[in-house]
Amino acid sequence: MSAVLDVFTFAAVTAGAFFYLAGTVGLLRFPDSLTRLHALTKADNLGLALVVLGLLPRVDSVLAGLKLVAIWLLVLLAGAAASQLIAQTVIRRRPEP
Amino acid sequence: MPEFLLAACMFVLAMVALGLVRIVRGPNVAERLMAAQLLGTGGIGALLLLGAATGDASLVDVSLTLALLAAFASVAFAKAAAASTPDRADPGSGE
Amino acid sequence: MIEALNIGLALLVLALGAWTVVARDTFAATAGFLAYGLLLTLVWVQLHGVDVALTEAAIGGGLTGALLIRAAAKLRKTETAARAERPGAPTRLVAALASAAVTVALALAVLALPDPAPTLAPEAMANIAATGVGNPITAVLLAYRSMDTLLEAIVLLFALIGVWSLAPDRVWGGRPGPLNRVDPNGILAYFARVLPPIGIIVGIYIFWIGADLPGGKFQGATIIAAMWLLTIMAGLTDVPPVSRTWLRVLLVLGPAVFIAVGAAGALWAGAFLGYPDGFAKPLIIVIEAALMPSLALVLALLLTGAPERAAA
Repeated sequence: MSAVLDVFTFAAVTAGAFFYLAGTVGLLRFPDSLTRLHALTKADNLGLALVVLGLLPRVDSVLAGLKLVAIWLLVLLAGAAASQLIAQTVIRRRPEP
Repeated sequence: MPEFLLAACMFVLAMVALGLVRIVRGPNVAERLMAAQLLGTGGIGALLLLGAATGDASLVDVSLTLALLAAFASVAFAKAAAASTPDRADPGSGE
Repeated sequence: MIEALNIGLALLVLALGAWTVVARDTFAATAGFLAYGLLLTLVWVQLHGVDVALTEAAIGGGLTGALLIRAAAKLRKTETAARAERPGAPTRLVAALASAAVTVALALAVLALPDPAPTLAPEAMANIAATGVGNPITAVLLAYRSMDTLLEAIVLLFALIGVWSLAPDRVWGGRPGPLNRVDPNGILAYFARVLPPIGIIVGIYIFWIGADLPGGKFQGATIIAAMWLLTIMAGLTDVPPVSRTWLRVLLVLGPAVFIAVGAAGALWAGAFLGYPDGFAKPLIIVIEAALMPSLALVLALLLTGAPERAAA
């Protein structure tokens, strides 16, 4: 059983790391502020979600598992609010169409 | 397994380091705010992986604090950035 | 592999610190400083100082960044004038040489330290049962060196009074900061309604586990201060005028309780801030519970700054 859980952790954390890579590449290579913002928030929220998912089998109490999930939900909420606010600063600087 | 988690932690930190390039180069405030966001999410991921690799459960509490305070700092930054840019008169902007 | 992580972190921190110093735009430098604080949290973790890492995450990652960005926003108008006053090359050369000399002296001092370093950790751990707490940091802060903690709380109060003294005469005792007008249906208002309840619970949780695990009143107070500041920034509440009685009572409550416990200790345990046998843990909890709201209020008010609007 623990071997199955180890494989699960390995797969989930690897996938999470891949999404972090995707988000960072998007931040560096996309042509425009708003596209970069999109890449960043989608990829990093998913990256953290997969990392948390991969670490869940390794916790030794229900409270620790709940804390991990709570961290992910907080980052999701904060990311949503912050990306909206960042997008507003980008739009303000645009000249009138 | 701990070595793999440690390697994953270093990989995420490498991603954060690349994101710092965006803080340095970013032509305007929004880019730098985004890089700070990446730093927050990446830092939290790296801390969780490091805690799992070394078996230190208190790092989860550090990540929790970081999540809350990074959210607060991002909002403070975005608000200050919005206040200092001349904006079009737009009543529905939500700010 | 841990060594590679440490070396990578050290190089990253140095590079980011160097860039933050030379960056031209103040906003950019503040963003760099925020990133620097987050990286420093990881450095503290690697140095096995998890309590310090918690404090760095809370203060460096959040409050100091917000403080600097407010200062940067206020200084924006004077930036071009300040940039025009660059000192001449000889001054900069002398400054560079002086900084290099200080760095070399510090490096020599660090390398000359005895190995293993002299430490009181074994004695602290040997007597920790008498203090009733499990976390040695908390034992040092609130039992062995509680005098330092008391003085630190009072110093914070003095700093706040210093900040208030910067107010112009006509708004003396008024409300700090501008009035924040925010769309009540916008994303910021929504965020400021959802996050603070969670943040307050987390803050109290971090305060509570500080007895036996990394944590404590200071980190908990920082989290609660940040949550209150969030509601102020979103316009859901307004900063109270600093002349309000309840505000001043709450500010003084923490240090006052601390001093009262100390005076009681002088009567019952033979020394100021001594704890009678068996009463150490309850007294520590009382002190921490009184200090935490005062600390949260002080930190939040330090961030909102000097009064700018007359009290209503």
